[in-house]
Amino acid sequence: MVAIPSRHKSLVLLAGVILIQVLALAIQIKARAAQVDQTGVIRGWTVGFVSPFERTGAWTVEKVRGAWDHYFALSDTAKENERLREENQSLKLQVNDLQTKAEEGGRLAALLEFRQSHREIKMIPARVIGTSAEPASQVVYVDRGARDGIKKDMGVITPDGVVGKVSEVYGSAAQILLLSDKESGVGAMLADSRIQSPVGGMGEPLLNMKYVAADDEVKTGERVVTSGMDRIFPKDLPVGTVVEVKPGMPFKKIRVRPAANLERLEEVIILPSLESFEMMKTPAGPEDSAKAPAEMPKQPESAKSAGAERQAERKPARVRKPPERIPQETKPATPANPETPAQQQSKPDQPVVQPQNQPPTPQPQAKPNEPNTGPQR
Amino acid sequence: MNVNDTFDIRGETHIEVYKFRGGSIFVAAALALVLQALLPVYFPKAALLDFPLLVTIYFGLSRRNPSSGLLLGTLIGLLQDSLSHAPLGLYGIAKTIVGYTASSIGARLDTEHPAARFALTVIFFALQQFVVGLTERLLLAHSGALFSTRVAIAAGVNGIIGVLLYFVLDRLRKS
Repeated sequence: MVAIPSRHKSLVLLAGVILIQVLALAIQIKARAAQVDQTGVIRGWTVGFVSPFERTGAWTVEKVRGAWDHYFALSDTAKENERLREENQSLKLQVNDLQTKAEEGGRLAALLEFRQSHREIKMIPARVIGTSAEPASQVVYVDRGARDGIKKDMGVITPDGVVGKVSEVYGSAAQILLLSDKESGVGAMLADSRIQSPVGGMGEPLLNMKYVAADDEVKTGERVVTSGMDRIFPKDLPVGTVVEVKPGMPFKKIRVRPAANLERLEEVIILPSLESFEMMKTPAGPEDSAKAPAEMPKQPESAKSAGAERQAERKPARVRKPPERIPQETKPATPANPETPAQQQSKPDQPVVQPQNQPPTPQPQAKPNEPNTGPQR
Repeated sequence: MNVNDTFDIRGETHIEVYKFRGGSIFVAAALALVLQALLPVYFPKAALLDFPLLVTIYFGLSRRNPSSGLLLGTLIGLLQDSLSHAPLGLYGIAKTIVGYTASSIGARLDTEHPAARFALTVIFFALQQFVVGLTERLLLAHSGALFSTRVAIAAGVNGIIGVLLYFVLDRLRKS
């Protein structure tokens, strides 16, 4: 056997450790494509280890804040007037206490108002207790977990707008993937023109509206709301505001400022299921469900592509192709285009072109970890 | 001659290898992870800092053993990965390389001066971001920039905080 010189041992170890990690990464990528999480145990252990410290830290910060607000902030007042010191202290303590309560009350009132305006919907309030330990990943941890009924893929909002969705669930904590993460996305539409397109994160404060056709008119300042097509969020929740529109082919480059303050989250609301929203809006029953398509906004092609959009948002790594003419004899039946080639041939006058306002059909044969930053040309 | 230098029996100069109090490396690493997860909740700008990286660099430079440096970097990087949504290994690989390089440099240069520590921290931060960016491009097919103004600012901030943190961590050394 070939002996390795001692001075090269660390180099061999380095190569070995990196090789193992690269292989592990490759296995995870493959498993993610198949939607199998093989790292849940390791992640669970780490979160289980860190979350008690995070809880303690959060508790300590609250206490320090309280002590600062209730005691140290009053020291200047005491110097100003000795005679009125005690009285001032007492009054300032009360003012501080009331201010703190008012701020907390304001936040809770906003939550309560939202809660009361959607009385029939089950909502789970949660407190943010930690963030991702690495800057590239936009996630936060909340103090609710499987024990509170939290499940993966539940929507997370604040009264201001959409925050993200539950990406991992542990016993007493859950990981929330923020909308600004590169792998995050939400089914959205422009509030005025009702043009639908997913909105996703780029790892930056601003979001990206991905598939709005070049000839569609979009104005800066236009509101973006949820489309409800992803089956995670109800329709018409605020997502953000368009802050930048640049021309591009075949899609415009649109940047959106999120409605919720994703950089300063302290309390959030977790939505157990979208069905509860729908139950509130439309009474269940075969007659209602039969009427539903007629009551929908005039976007029949959008409705057709709902399944495709949902799939694409849950598996953001899939590649989307731009709208293009596809030969009739080779065009497959997809969720966005449920007609079979035989059906298409029965309508020879209609050009086989995907609608421009729609995100293109996900291609199942594409590499699973291609970036979701735009279509391939 | 530096006060930390010693002579071996052949008369060659060696830079001193520091020992630390039992368990202090693991406590420091765990504390860095907790701080990294907790601080940005209350101070969003703290997301620029990378405490696990600073701890990896410090112990790499001080212990001056490439094998232990790279293994510590691997452990810290994987733990950091497991607290995120990214696949395990992204920061693991980067911190493995940083740990190894820091230990190798620490064994050849005197890294006790604050200016040297600042410069090394800035370089290692940039190296980590470069490795992470490269791994994302090659293995995850992400298309982000390898270097940006934000990374440059973060490198500088980490350099300053690193120099201060290293003074605190120096107290953990066995005399």
